[in-house]
Amino acid sequence: MNATLLLVQALNGLQFGLILFLIAAGLTLVFGVMDFINLAHGVQYMVGAYLVAAFSAWTGSFGWALLLALPSALAFGLLLEVLVFRHLYDRDHLDQVLATFGVILFLNQGVKFVWGAAPLSVPVPELLSGSVEIANGLLYPVYRLAIIAAGLVVAALLYVLVNHTRVGMLVRAGASNAAMVSALGVNIQRLFMIVFGFGAMLAGFAGAMVAPILSVEPGMGDNILILAFVVIVIGGIGSIRGAFLAALLIGLVDTVGRTFAPNLLRLVLDPAAASQTGRALAPMLIYIFMAAVLFFRPSGLFPVKR
Amino acid sequence: MTELAETRSASMPSLRPRLEIVPIILFATFAAAPLLATVSGAEGYVLSLLTRVMIFGIAAMALDLILGYGALVSFGHAAFFGIGGYAVGILASQGIEDALVQIPVALAASALFALITGAISLRTKGVYFIMITLAFGQMLYFLATSLAAYGGDDGMTLASRSLVAGSGILENDFTFYWLCLLCLLGTYAFSRSVVASRFGRVLRGTRENAVRMQAVGFQPFPFQLTAYVLSGMMAGLAGCLLANQAEFVSPAFMTWQRSGELIFMVVLGGLGSLHGAIIGAAAFLLLEEFLPEILHASSFFLSEETRAHLAENWKMVFGPLLILIVLFVRGGIMGLLRRPYHG
Repeated sequence: MNATLLLVQALNGLQFGLILFLIAAGLTLVFGVMDFINLAHGVQYMVGAYLVAAFSAWTGSFGWALLLALPSALAFGLLLEVLVFRHLYDRDHLDQVLATFGVILFLNQGVKFVWGAAPLSVPVPELLSGSVEIANGLLYPVYRLAIIAAGLVVAALLYVLVNHTRVGMLVRAGASNAAMVSALGVNIQRLFMIVFGFGAMLAGFAGAMVAPILSVEPGMGDNILILAFVVIVIGGIGSIRGAFLAALLIGLVDTVGRTFAPNLLRLVLDPAAASQTGRALAPMLIYIFMAAVLFFRPSGLFPVKR
Repeated sequence: MTELAETRSASMPSLRPRLEIVPIILFATFAAAPLLATVSGAEGYVLSLLTRVMIFGIAAMALDLILGYGALVSFGHAAFFGIGGYAVGILASQGIEDALVQIPVALAASALFALITGAISLRTKGVYFIMITLAFGQMLYFLATSLAAYGGDDGMTLASRSLVAGSGILENDFTFYWLCLLCLLGTYAFSRSVVASRFGRVLRGTRENAVRMQAVGFQPFPFQLTAYVLSGMMAGLAGCLLANQAEFVSPAFMTWQRSGELIFMVVLGGLGSLHGAIIGAAAFLLLEEFLPEILHASSFFLSEETRAHLAENWKMVFGPLLILIVLFVRGGIMGLLRRPYHG
């Protein structure tokens, strides 16, 4: 266990956490404002990745691909809202879970239909390829640093948007009492659409950013969706601040835990048993963490007051 | 959880004892099926498909006990499938191949897991409950993928089906079919009596209005926890049967998608009737099995290549079908069956 490895893992954890935040931010807003469980949020992340893969193959430039993918992801989210989700707002959670589960089935197969089952890869943009030395003899890929920077910028923008603009005020008001906001004469339907489209775009952006470092494949959104749910539940549903902190916590716990759980256990167990238990324990860590948080704080770390 | 309860209260079964026609037809069909299977010529295929239907029927019914009667949306019920399956697989690999040992161990393990996770999950409400059960399911899934000694990601193949008191009678597909039918009938009768008992009435009361139940002097927690444990044990039993049917266990038994499918089966069949869940499981599995062929046959006007393409991408039809069912078929299949009598 040394400091360099810890630093690299912490950076990886930060990068993973910020990606999680981009996805969870939309999810927690949609949930907080509309009381709507959207399992299909993960496939929007996948669609973002596919869009960027398709556009970068077409234009040959990651920058252009990203510029085209963002509005497309937004349009796609709005399309889903109009076609499916709008009809589910006044249904109970069970119906929402099931219908959005149907959307997942459709879209996972849909991308296979359009792009084939084989994973696609997106080249890392020329400008951001390569590595930089961040400490003595320690190289870290520039692109991952770029993801961290982009994540932090979006988080800051989101903070300003939610806390210091009129739309943000309405969204916050909607999260604490949607019926009252509607009664005060705000077009809640339109607010829902904005929030929804925006959330879809954020998820799409996350997918687009990770496309060069992960393989773009059907079902890639399924597992990250569950992690995003863990994040919003730990953070408190509807709370952007909670989602941000929880996403970073989960990113760090997961990444650092996978590396260091076997090492830590070696202090108390013999090496073979430690690496065995460590490997078993590491992927469970975040769920244990979530169960522990919910045990002590049944509505998350930063519950939105109702 | 209360919003859920209020919108779902229409399917309350009547309390007076009455001969219900639907479950009788259902079980008669299962009992008659082996005969038809022999006639059909594809006996192995029909039997194994129907065995799967019954096994998933048990699990869906177990879920209905807490979902339909207690409004507890467990999104991690596939975990119990895994516990049952791995109990069989791990014991078999240690040389204990008798179902008379395996099943009690599986039931005890399921009960223990349900007791611990239920006690924690039931502290939360509504969506938090959905998510925390999902988290526990994922936890077990990842535990299974890391069990390198028992196949890890790839799962493990069982050498043979479980023995019963030392004899290998379950190797016969017909015998195994009857065993599954017996388990299905047994769990159905058990769940029926649970639901009809005072316990069941209190459970339904907590579904309708937990606060009011507290006001009349019932703590919902012990009732909900007991129901959760019973439900977990039944789903664990289904897991034992599933492992034996497939002669294979893998972490894929307990993916969260599988938990979603179980919920879908219950809702498709109709909440809160028990046999509705079995019908839902049957409808789901048969649809999954035959939708490619139905699509292929019904698109006769298209070119052969398009038809093959369509059949291959049947999930693109299945997904929207699911959405449409949720949007337009309230009360599930049982709701459709019941409608004529209630105007």
